[in-house]
Amino acid sequence: MPAAPAPSGVPATRKVPAGTLYRGREGMWSWVAHRVTGVAIFFFLLVHVLDTSLVRVSPEAYNDVIGTYKNPIMGLGEAGLVAAIVFHAFNGIRIILVDFWAKGPKYQRVMLWVVMGLFAVTMAGFLPRHLMHVFGGE
Amino acid sequence: MTTIADPKAPRPPKPRPARLTTRGNTELYGWVFMRASGVILVVLIFGHLFVNLVAGEGISAIDFGFVAGKWASPFWQIWDLLMLWLAMIHGTNGVRTIINDYAERDGVRLALKASLYLAFVVVVVLGTLVIFTFDPCPAGSPADLLPSFCTTA
Repeated sequence: MPAAPAPSGVPATRKVPAGTLYRGREGMWSWVAHRVTGVAIFFFLLVHVLDTSLVRVSPEAYNDVIGTYKNPIMGLGEAGLVAAIVFHAFNGIRIILVDFWAKGPKYQRVMLWVVMGLFAVTMAGFLPRHLMHVFGGE
Repeated sequence: MTTIADPKAPRPPKPRPARLTTRGNTELYGWVFMRASGVILVVLIFGHLFVNLVAGEGISAIDFGFVAGKWASPFWQIWDLLMLWLAMIHGTNGVRTIINDYAERDGVRLALKASLYLAFVVVVVLGTLVIFTFDPCPAGSPADLLPSFCTTA
């Protein structure tokens, strides 16, 4: 792919490779995190469809397997899964804004901090409630 | 005096890239699909997580009766069907992109993508069948494991 022209206002003599929006710093690391969380969610999805399919075998088979999702270790895994989904969702919206909103590329870095803020708020709402259900705090 | 080319003369052929990497607009449609399905999936999956993990007793309330109660309604059948198909296409296309990026040997790349597409077909077909052939009140199962409407109906 040919390199895009450097955005206006960027000095032509800078040392870092010019012409890409994402390389290095926040843009690249959010891209890496988007890939890692995406792959993790995909493999969980494969397993999740298989475990849910046990409802077609018998109520006992389904309840046995879903019971293992309720132990504390799996409960922490679910917290991690939800964290991955929440990041992937908010960062995905950021990617859409970078692609389609005229000012998206200009604000891509600011939007990553907005993503992290929304992530923190969402997880602060979810984690205590989920961990109480898993660890029996209510 | 310089001569200029005859305006009606055929144009010289444009140089073509040595190797065509894509045919047609398939990759463009894939790119658009990732964004369109992504927006819908945010709504579907956040709703799924809220109803199953946050509302009521959260994960500790999930059992056969909970699932049967949800799938008794066409609303949740359609919700889950849409979520299954969109998430599987979105995820399969994402993993396909990653395989294309990192698996440089032709054989490895082909084998990985073949397993990916096989997993896609198996999971989508199985999930779709389960949603539509599911029996919330299987005969011979203990009533305390079934949703309450199995005994009252």
